[in-house]
Amino acid sequence: MTERKVMTLEGNEAVAYVAYRVNEVCAIYPITPSSTMAELADQWAAEGKTNIWGEVPLVVEMQSEGGAAGAVHGALQTGALTTTFTASQGLLLMIPNMYKIAGELTPAVLHVAARSLAAQGLSIFGDHSDVAAVRDTGFAQLASASVQEAHDMALIAQAATLASRVPFVHFFDGFRTSHEVSKIALLSDQQIRAMIDENLIRAHRARALNPDHPFIRGTAQNPDVYFQGRESANPFYARLPAIVQQTMRRFGELTGRAYRLFEYYGDPAAERLIVIMGSGAYTVRATVAALQRTGEKVGAIQVHLCLPFSAEDFLATIPETVKAIAVLDRTKSPGGVGEPLYTDVLATLSEAYLQGVLPSGTLPRIIGGRYGLSSKEFSPAMARAVFDELAKERPKNHFTVGIHDDVSHTSLDYDPAFDIEPEGVVRALFFGLGADGTVGANKNSIKIIGESTDLYAQGYFVYDSKKSGSQTVSHVRFGADPIQAPYLIESANFIGCHQFNFVEKVDVLAKAKRGGTFLLNSPFGADAVWDELPREMQRQIIDKKLKLYVIDASRVALETGMGGRTNTIMQTCFFALSGVLPREDAIAKIKESIRKTYGKKGEEVVQKNFRAVDQTLEHLHEVQVPESVSSAKERPAVAPSGAPEFVQRVTAMMMAGLGDELPVSAVPVDGTYPSGTTQWEKRNIALSVPVWEPDLCIQCGNCSFVCPHSVIRAKFYHETRLQKAPSAFKSAPISARGFPETRYTLQIYAEDCTGCGLCVEVCPAQSLQQSGVKAINMAPKPELVSERESIAFFERLPVNDRSRVDFSSVRGAQFLEPLFEFSGACAGCGETPYVKLLSQLFGDRLLVANATGCSSIYGGNLPTTPWSVNQEGRGPAWSNSLFEDNAEFGFGFRLTADQHLNLARRLARELQDKVDAQLVDAIISAPQLTESQIRVQRERVARLKALLLLLDDEKAKDLLSVVDHLVRRSIWMVGGDGWAYDIGSGGLDHVLASGRDINVLVLDTEVYSNTGGQMSKATPLGAVAKFAAAGKPVAKKDLALQAIAYGNVYVARVAMGANPQQTLLAFREAEAYPGPSLILAYSHCIAHGINMQHGMRQQDLAVTSGYWPLVRYNPALRESAKNPFVLDSPRPRVKFKDYAFNELRYKMLSRTNPKESERLMAMAQQVVEQKWQIYEEMASRNGTRFHPDASVKFR
Amino acid sequence: MDLTTRYMGLELKHPIVASASPLSESLDGIKQLEDANAAAVVMFSLYEEQIRQESEAFDYFMEHGTLSFAESLSYFPEIDDQPAGPDNYLDLVRRASEAVDIPVIASLNCVSSEGWIDYARQLQGAGASGLELNIYAIEANLAVSGREVEQCYLDILRLVKSSVSIPVALKLSPFFSAIGHMAKQLDDAGADALVLFNRFYQPDLDIDHLEVAPTLRLSQAGEIRLPLLWIALLHGNVSASLGATRGVETAVEVIKYILAGADVVMSASALLRNGPRYLGNLVDGLSEWMDERGFRSLGQMRGVMSRGKVKNPKAFERANYIKVLESYK
Repeated sequence: MTERKVMTLEGNEAVAYVAYRVNEVCAIYPITPSSTMAELADQWAAEGKTNIWGEVPLVVEMQSEGGAAGAVHGALQTGALTTTFTASQGLLLMIPNMYKIAGELTPAVLHVAARSLAAQGLSIFGDHSDVAAVRDTGFAQLASASVQEAHDMALIAQAATLASRVPFVHFFDGFRTSHEVSKIALLSDQQIRAMIDENLIRAHRARALNPDHPFIRGTAQNPDVYFQGRESANPFYARLPAIVQQTMRRFGELTGRAYRLFEYYGDPAAERLIVIMGSGAYTVRATVAALQRTGEKVGAIQVHLCLPFSAEDFLATIPETVKAIAVLDRTKSPGGVGEPLYTDVLATLSEAYLQGVLPSGTLPRIIGGRYGLSSKEFSPAMARAVFDELAKERPKNHFTVGIHDDVSHTSLDYDPAFDIEPEGVVRALFFGLGADGTVGANKNSIKIIGESTDLYAQGYFVYDSKKSGSQTVSHVRFGADPIQAPYLIESANFIGCHQFNFVEKVDVLAKAKRGGTFLLNSPFGADAVWDELPREMQRQIIDKKLKLYVIDASRVALETGMGGRTNTIMQTCFFALSGVLPREDAIAKIKESIRKTYGKKGEEVVQKNFRAVDQTLEHLHEVQVPESVSSAKERPAVAPSGAPEFVQRVTAMMMAGLGDELPVSAVPVDGTYPSGTTQWEKRNIALSVPVWEPDLCIQCGNCSFVCPHSVIRAKFYHETRLQKAPSAFKSAPISARGFPETRYTLQIYAEDCTGCGLCVEVCPAQSLQQSGVKAINMAPKPELVSERESIAFFERLPVNDRSRVDFSSVRGAQFLEPLFEFSGACAGCGETPYVKLLSQLFGDRLLVANATGCSSIYGGNLPTTPWSVNQEGRGPAWSNSLFEDNAEFGFGFRLTADQHLNLARRLARELQDKVDAQLVDAIISAPQLTESQIRVQRERVARLKALLLLLDDEKAKDLLSVVDHLVRRSIWMVGGDGWAYDIGSGGLDHVLASGRDINVLVLDTEVYSNTGGQMSKATPLGAVAKFAAAGKPVAKKDLALQAIAYGNVYVARVAMGANPQQTLLAFREAEAYPGPSLILAYSHCIAHGINMQHGMRQQDLAVTSGYWPLVRYNPALRESAKNPFVLDSPRPRVKFKDYAFNELRYKMLSRTNPKESERLMAMAQQVVEQKWQIYEEMASRNGTRFHPDASVKFR
Repeated sequence: MDLTTRYMGLELKHPIVASASPLSESLDGIKQLEDANAAAVVMFSLYEEQIRQESEAFDYFMEHGTLSFAESLSYFPEIDDQPAGPDNYLDLVRRASEAVDIPVIASLNCVSSEGWIDYARQLQGAGASGLELNIYAIEANLAVSGREVEQCYLDILRLVKSSVSIPVALKLSPFFSAIGHMAKQLDDAGADALVLFNRFYQPDLDIDHLEVAPTLRLSQAGEIRLPLLWIALLHGNVSASLGATRGVETAVEVIKYILAGADVVMSASALLRNGPRYLGNLVDGLSEWMDERGFRSLGQMRGVMSRGKVKNPKAFERANYIKVLESYK
């Protein structure tokens, strides 16, 4: 054995560490929660790190997981050791290749951070649904239950696949293991080398396709031999368990960590047994240990090799004394006799019993249950409930645990107070904001403790569902013994609340242990803070006898030159109070870590941080807790009383972080949720918000147009309505002719604002007398009571009549009600202004198919969703299918619309004599191009409906079921560049070629934003992204030119920050065009590394540099022999570099590799210039030089 | 014709030096300046503050929005955490020193003692032939006295001189109550050259938008008067070399500066306006004028119009002012 090296790593890194070292090729594609493995592999390759053979593996990003699997297959077939990393839908996309790879007996390991599958809703969280779905592919499956195991099994799987030729899925729980930070013993290269038999690698290469000794593999087979072929590999599977066990034994000899196919824990004479795999196994193991201490005869089997399921080894593992077995599956098999592990165990024991080979001779009672879907917490209390159930005479089979199932009554009750956390372990919960660095500081603490002391450490981090103002909860444990507790902290002896306003929003002390310590970052001192706490919190502090400490971390940060960074200060407080280490030691180690982190940045920075640490201790004070509750403050209700019943009953629970308590009956059966619920979640995340200056405002509408969160609304109304206005309500005479006695109001929804400041940036109205004052300015959030009164009054003002609004101007568009509001997108998001515009223009007849990505997350992530409804109850109908299929999904919407429109027309014709023939005529021949035409059509259809309801006629009922289609629907596919340029490219291409009336909006951030900034084919030349750490060497794909090549596709490239009017025009033209339309919308993004407040300015620079030429290609123009191609932006006026170097994505390379940056920047400039020439030439053609087509019928 | 001159201990083939400008921001630019016959190149300034700010911005954008949302816990690939230091600048100095035969003088502006010492040493290590300290600060703090500002200049000079062995020039601001005294103190403190004068940031106001407009204006020929005066006054009174900068539009300004006593004359604006090759015109113009006047060497010509050499030295002082006024009568 070599020297033992320990490190604190996340599960993903622990796996990638091994996979990278034992492979030659990695074909990758990002998908949560596995992306980190691929990112690390790519990063290591970029840094020139080698595998155990001294070669830098080739790491290649593909266009989808399907593509990655294909590349894996090809590389394997030609002899390279190849791997990939994936999860969930990604694994599903690999299925066809997995059958091939296994069918050809090809050694390989796919590393899977196991995750839920999208069913009634998408979930990024962990369970075994994905691996269960690939059970029949022929891949063996090896399960890991902890970060250490994942590290070890990655190697065991690799060694075993080479020895057996059977490919492996090595899986571990998404998030719970993939994202847990844990102190592990690291495998040395020497140990890794010792596990890999070079002869087996040579044998793999010898089996490769090679023209020097050719053969054919991948034949098409017929009934005569296919069946036999499928059976021919049976011996390989039969040998596999022994090979894996042998590999584990060898591994144990090398490392001292011995594993078995099935690990047994507990009483050797156990009567009750749980069988489980994945991280939950450690929960059960810990529970078994606790129950054993009370004399219960219980045990657990942890499954490592779950496929092939070795009956022999399994039977040998079960104590003969066992009377009842519960098999726990972290997946759901609807309609099956049970979940996979359960059926395997059941079949194994039944077969053995029937064959008379059961050692005990009697068949134990066997029940199966489901737990932990989508990272649902699985705690020792739940494990205990299962053991308790097994003790019953008639235990419940096919049970669930961890939820309250009041529909099918499957769930087991459990006692949440059951606590088995050992004494001596520091268990800390930290409540912070994503933006305040709490998680980063905790990761740092874990590293400090884990790597510079003999103590063990574990960290797990819970994030909320919003991208802006999101809250984080860190669960951190420190102790003298290895920590195997894959469950959230239920009783914390330390609670840190890093944001004072949480005391009114979150029940931060719910999990506080009696006698624990509560550290609060508070602007109020030790003598004043008590009165500022709500009653409930005071009660908890007194009842639980908590020690309360306060620090004004913001002040310390300011005074020590740390600016707004409070994380080091709060970290220091934790170390000072928690007793994890002696205080002096702890402070010394923090300082050591500071020197390590900031040393390169200069002594001054180091000293600044040291000062902050020292000052922290001086400003940390204990509060003398009074004996009685004195506060009159109550924590406010989560949802206002005016909210709909569903919101109050269900949504509010989720908003309060209590969604786990919702019973099954509360949750919709088919994933259908009400629209427009963000309005009930007043998040109040902005410290400063825009304030309107009516006297300066020119009412241009720019601010409202660009607002990503729809918090700037405009209305005009008759001046008499102001008579009942609250005193704070602002108003100005409207600045438009033909509107006498009319007032204008720009209302700011301060509680929903994220404080991004885009509105101020685009405001053109500068005060004539005061420097820096515009018609809209950021200011500290005003007093909320009067703000709420103003908003309520504003909402009572009538929504402006769409037929009176000028749709063709930005000024007019501000009066269109947004039906997409208050999303959880990043502050200053560059995508949502386009989405909002879509909802304003066509919202009441809009169908949106939304590709998975940022827009599906801020558009559809529970608890509250932003797509809303107007006063008539109409609004966008929105759905997300998948990432890869969005074009096809939306195309399906079109097919229904076309088919049902035809059906409705035919039925209307057939019924015209029973209703009103003239009305039917008018309906069928209605043009429906302008808003007023649509309005009239709606009225006609309403009349028709009323007439149909009077008829007792089957056809009338049929017509009523499709009659809504008679009002023209606006069908849009919305998604990001990852979808449109990469994974959905084929589908998008196909539907664009269809000639049908569909509209595509590509929110082009030029990178996979939602999964954290990986390169797509939209990523520009010279930009750095994940998977393009050395700068992207290839120019962005010109999707506009590709689509224009079809001739019948309306194409526009827009950037609202450069020309909002052109954006508006393009949206309207695209929608009016009766064929396929494609809009490519420049969307600045947090992943560009920019100050988001200047996002619109960057858009403008993208255009003025010529990088993003604004174009419109309208085939309708060709019909009148005009040039359909219009170039809307002027010739480049600034250099590409002057635009690009405002962004970290470009600037980064100039820091890491200045020469390459210079080279790529020069090339990028050339690309800009050449593209411009092509566009200019196209703009100068006449219409006859673009080919005609017959697919689109012009209205 | 002997045009050679000695500036801050460096032997130069003639007195015309390309001063700090965007032309020296790339190796190609520096090579072009050499090809255009520059006697030496002063590189664009390395600003510690800019590096610090860029480093802070870099860290900020690397971390902004991270660890907030479970799917996107970061947005950029991890890079080896090398703070943005002067590496690019040092690299350029290194490459330029190797690629050209003329001296490459690095220009430095720091905000901390640590920075002055550290960067000066690194620039010396990278092969810079000399350093020009571009002490560039607008003292907006009303509590700071002129004496303190002077002391700051002296401290920085001493700090750098004690840190490096290559020659150190100091680019001066004209805003001292007693420039002559200040120059003498710097001379005593060991400055190898004094460069007169810095043209620094003087923002304009945009009256349409009521904003401060940070515009940079190229120098004009008329601007030579102030440096010309002080070079004439200092020549012969300090042992440091004298570099003249500002307002060099044609050979006429070069000639004037040398007559006043400059060891080198620096040009940036004219080269930016007319291209690097224009530098050759300045050399030719000087040479032709010397030829016409029968000067055989620069040494012969230098300082003949300095205060110590002119017939009426008072003309450089108040009398000069009076005389000018009289000439209007």
